[in-house]
Amino acid sequence: MTGSAADLPAAGTPLLEVLEVRKSYGERLVLDDVSLRVQPHDVICLIGSSGSGKSTLLRCLDLLEEIDDGVIRLDGREISDPLVDQRAVRGRIGMVFQAYNLFPHLSVLDNCTLAPRRVHGLSRPEAEERARDLLATFGLVDHVDKHPDRLSGGQQQRVALVRALCTRPDLLLLDEITAALDPELVGEVLTIVRDLAERGTTMILATHEMSFAREVATSVCFLSEGRILEQGPPAEIFSQPREERTRQFLRRVLPPSR
Amino acid sequence: MSAWTPSPRELERRALRRRLRLRSIAIATAASLAFFVAVGAALVTSPGWPTVKATFFSVEDAKASFPAIRDGFWLNVKLFLLAEPLILVLALGLALARQARAAWLTPLRVLAVAFIDFFRGVPTILLVLLLAFGMPALGLQGVPNGLFFWALMALVISYSAYVAEVFRAGIESIHPSQLASADALGLSRAQAMRFVIVPQAVRRVVPPLLNDFISLTKDTALVSSVALFDAVFSARDYTAYNFNFTPYVVVSLFFVVLTVPMARGTDYLQRRAMRRERAGAL
Repeated sequence: MTGSAADLPAAGTPLLEVLEVRKSYGERLVLDDVSLRVQPHDVICLIGSSGSGKSTLLRCLDLLEEIDDGVIRLDGREISDPLVDQRAVRGRIGMVFQAYNLFPHLSVLDNCTLAPRRVHGLSRPEAEERARDLLATFGLVDHVDKHPDRLSGGQQQRVALVRALCTRPDLLLLDEITAALDPELVGEVLTIVRDLAERGTTMILATHEMSFAREVATSVCFLSEGRILEQGPPAEIFSQPREERTRQFLRRVLPPSR
Repeated sequence: MSAWTPSPRELERRALRRRLRLRSIAIATAASLAFFVAVGAALVTSPGWPTVKATFFSVEDAKASFPAIRDGFWLNVKLFLLAEPLILVLALGLALARQARAAWLTPLRVLAVAFIDFFRGVPTILLVLLLAFGMPALGLQGVPNGLFFWALMALVISYSAYVAEVFRAGIESIHPSQLASADALGLSRAQAMRFVIVPQAVRRVVPPLLNDFISLTKDTALVSSVALFDAVFSARDYTAYNFNFTPYVVVSLFFVVLTVPMARGTDYLQRRAMRRERAGAL
């Protein structure tokens, strides 16, 4: 059994601890005995082909899906407990989706201030100041009052990132956030993520951008058929993968010139 | 894949979820009981209740008026069953005529727009009165001249105008990319409509259509205004002789018994359509 809790390095209480999580949709098993530890400032990249369970894992971590077995702990407290206040948990976790999921009826600024004002109790000026700061940092200053449909995909996804960051989450989940973008727009979004990684933001991201994963990840997990088949530092996974299936996958997705 | 047995923690969690579910069922039951008992008590203890009870909820009058209402209700059901298919056909025709883009079909399009605009504007009850009393007076040859036929036509015309707009909304809700791919495959516009757009549109508008049909079942009662012996007219007949309004309550129950299953059916279809559209959206 690879990737189980026992194989992972022990440290102080991890920010997030995933233990033997299982999830199925009817007959189809999508997560099978998945375990993962995330320390503060970690950047974990989940790689693997479509349907390997990357997105489902992220959705389970944000409690958008109920797990069928296993335990998820945030700061040592079990959040997979049915009695846990899900909204409180989500107040500490930020999530960005592949299709941006911005609210089309709200301006960029209102998208970014909705949760800080309604969930985190910030006043309108405080929330707007925070949002404007972040939007400026990410080059969106000119788009503050526009509605999402006026923006390009890359801009929309940057707004979605800012929206998630405006609640100052302890953990950021990014679900293939560049997969819906035109190739020339991928860069502007990844630059932000790279920035966040350098500033020590704790992130788990499902991604198809291998060179990006190699560059920013502190740890890479290769998922196959709902299992974490192999986990390790990017140098190790990309250069000397232990598993044959990892090798096959990398051969398919990496440029052959290497 | 090895057989999986849930861990003790998972079993614990399931038990907890079950307890939570039972608790919410208990709360729902208690809240509903408290609410309805309070409303019922307020009603029964109101000063005028004995009079209202005798005039609207008299068991003897309900029994006495029941057979006539039941026979009359059969007319409502017949109207509904005959009108529904006619409306579907006429409305789809109108919607398609309105969508037609070919130059030589322009008169048809104008006619469809005028029909929809006009008959959506006229109150259904007026249409029933005008057609049922006016048309037989024309003495047309080759068409039935009874009250029933023209009352039916009034319902069909009025509802077709509405339902045509439902169909149109459905047709317009199909993404233009569908028409583009039909065009790209070399289909004519009529073929694109017939094989690509309309099948998707119809599926999408079934729930709002059923909603209109629930409305239609109730509007069959409008034919009572031209002295057709439907359920409402039978009830009115009884009240006129006996000074008791219980038959109106009885008629209401007849309609409710017919429409509630339709409403539940609509809900079910809506839920199923939503599930289908969301499948694979994960």
